[in-house]
Amino acid sequence: MESTTAPTKLAFSAAARAEIARLLTHYPEDRKKSALLPILHIAQAEFGGWVSPEVQDLVAEVLDIKPIEVYEVSTFYTMFNLKPVGKHVLEICRTGPCMLRGSDELTQHLERITGAKVGGGPSEDGLFTLKEVECLAACGFAPIVQVREKYYEQLDTPENVEAMLNELRNMIHRPLLPWEQTGLKHSQQ
Amino acid sequence: MGRKLLTEHINVEGIDTFEVYRKHGGYRSVEKALKTMTPDEVVEEVKKSGLRGRGGAGFPTGMKWSFLAKPEGVPRYLVCNADESEPGTFKDRQLMSKLPHLLIEGMITSSYALGAKTSYIYIRGELLYVLRILEKAIAEAYAAGFLGKNILGSGYDLDLHVHPGGGAYICGEETALLESLEGKRGNPRNKPPFPAVQGLYARPTVVNNVESIAAVPVIVNDGGDEYAKIGVGRSTGTKLISACGHLNKPGIYEIELGVPVEEFIYSDEYCGGIWKGRDLKAVVAGGSSVPILPKELILKTAAGEPRLMTYESLSDGGFVTGTMLGSGGFIAMDETTCIVRNTWNFSRFYHHESCGQCSPCREGTGWLEKVLHRLEFGHGHMQDIDLLVSVAKQIEGNTICPLGEAAAWPVAAAVRHFRDEFEWHVTNPQEATRPGAVFPGKAVLA
Repeated sequence: MESTTAPTKLAFSAAARAEIARLLTHYPEDRKKSALLPILHIAQAEFGGWVSPEVQDLVAEVLDIKPIEVYEVSTFYTMFNLKPVGKHVLEICRTGPCMLRGSDELTQHLERITGAKVGGGPSEDGLFTLKEVECLAACGFAPIVQVREKYYEQLDTPENVEAMLNELRNMIHRPLLPWEQTGLKHSQQ
Repeated sequence: MGRKLLTEHINVEGIDTFEVYRKHGGYRSVEKALKTMTPDEVVEEVKKSGLRGRGGAGFPTGMKWSFLAKPEGVPRYLVCNADESEPGTFKDRQLMSKLPHLLIEGMITSSYALGAKTSYIYIRGELLYVLRILEKAIAEAYAAGFLGKNILGSGYDLDLHVHPGGGAYICGEETALLESLEGKRGNPRNKPPFPAVQGLYARPTVVNNVESIAAVPVIVNDGGDEYAKIGVGRSTGTKLISACGHLNKPGIYEIELGVPVEEFIYSDEYCGGIWKGRDLKAVVAGGSSVPILPKELILKTAAGEPRLMTYESLSDGGFVTGTMLGSGGFIAMDETTCIVRNTWNFSRFYHHESCGQCSPCREGTGWLEKVLHRLEFGHGHMQDIDLLVSVAKQIEGNTICPLGEAAAWPVAAAVRHFRDEFEWHVTNPQEATRPGAVFPGKAVLA
């Protein structure tokens, strides 16, 4: 039987729309496409931590550009997740200095504990996605994991790793969206 | 103790707020420049200071500014390159998160010098929390009348915005950064035209690193001549060094250029020596893209002179026995480090970060990673070592932007100085690939 209700069309929240309107004032009138990356960040935070094709189409609509112009950008930059993710995306830095201070061991440790695989889907409990990233610019405090807008540094002991995971597990509410004034602590450094 | 020009107040409680920053002498350079100097006079002071770009290339900042095309009636832009992504380099993140107003002050004074009415700070997308800090500080500067219309009654208008990237090392290259700021993939542009003529939105544009711009208030306040007195020769002023790897005290150090490398590594004032009581094996002195040097060559030049932390001393010997100061990303490796593994790791990074626009880089970085992978994991052949050198040579100079060189140099230098260790991986694969295996030999001193 055919559904009688039309699928709900995606829409940004009022807060996100206000933020987008503010961002658009940063660029010349005829150069609105400049706001594409900032808006993709907002979209990712607003729609569950990833940018589905539908979300990208919505971004294209907001900027009045062709969807392909969004796709070519979202696939170029590594921070935009193109597949569904867990509640927390753990971005593990693996580059030179982090490797020297144990990022390989940290990666294996996190895989063991969370049950998620680097580059794979979310853990069974839906809490964690593990993602390798290239250089988080915190090499002196390695190894490092970034979760949304917080850096967890010096994760070279099981205790530090456990403390990070506990903090994340105990976040009952969804993580705050960037423009909702941060309740998250900033980097320890 | 060396002088701290940028980071003197970095640990003052509340220095990230306008009020406290102002109490500690903040924004004086804006007052001085806008009320008592012409834009050209500001440029002149920066020229006199001898300041060289702190992002890695080391090009004289004042000279770069003087190249800016200034046709009347056409907007021009200052863009701050805060896309610090060079492995080993983490000074800008710290500078921005702790001293946001220093960067904003530098942006205002520099924009005035360049005649820019709109300026952007392009910050790497990973640092959204720093973006919030900067946005808050910018709002404070607007409220205090240091940004916006008719700043301090001088008739000068400036809007300053922060723009996040999306996680791409290549966007640290200035033309890729501009493409990204225009909402596109970060593919570097052919040069010429240079950004000074056709940059953001095809308008004249200057792109400067965070640390370079943060040095401008000091130069304007004290005068370019005073700034130039610090340091050695053409390496003037102070430099932020981000020290990491196997050091007792990794972190960010503001040094007067000219400190001996040995002192920087071993003294308690700086890195406090190598961790776990081990010996030093090698150093990458200026971010992952510069040539690696074995202990003997990083502490002393080939002529036996003490190596200093200056642009000139570190590059003494060229790429045969020298390296570069680069961005100041100082990566130390202890005696247990596997050079092949480290080189493979860097190659993996460059392969991942190549934008794919030029074939020599897109394909070449892949080949480097592949060959290094088989050497590291015990499947290499002797001819693979020369193959690495050959591929590196074919990338070098054949790409639009310097990422090709950045990928090739570390590999060529690792083979140059540590060929024995690469050969050991071929001749003793079982032993070399055992977890925790340590090469029993010594580096080859070129």
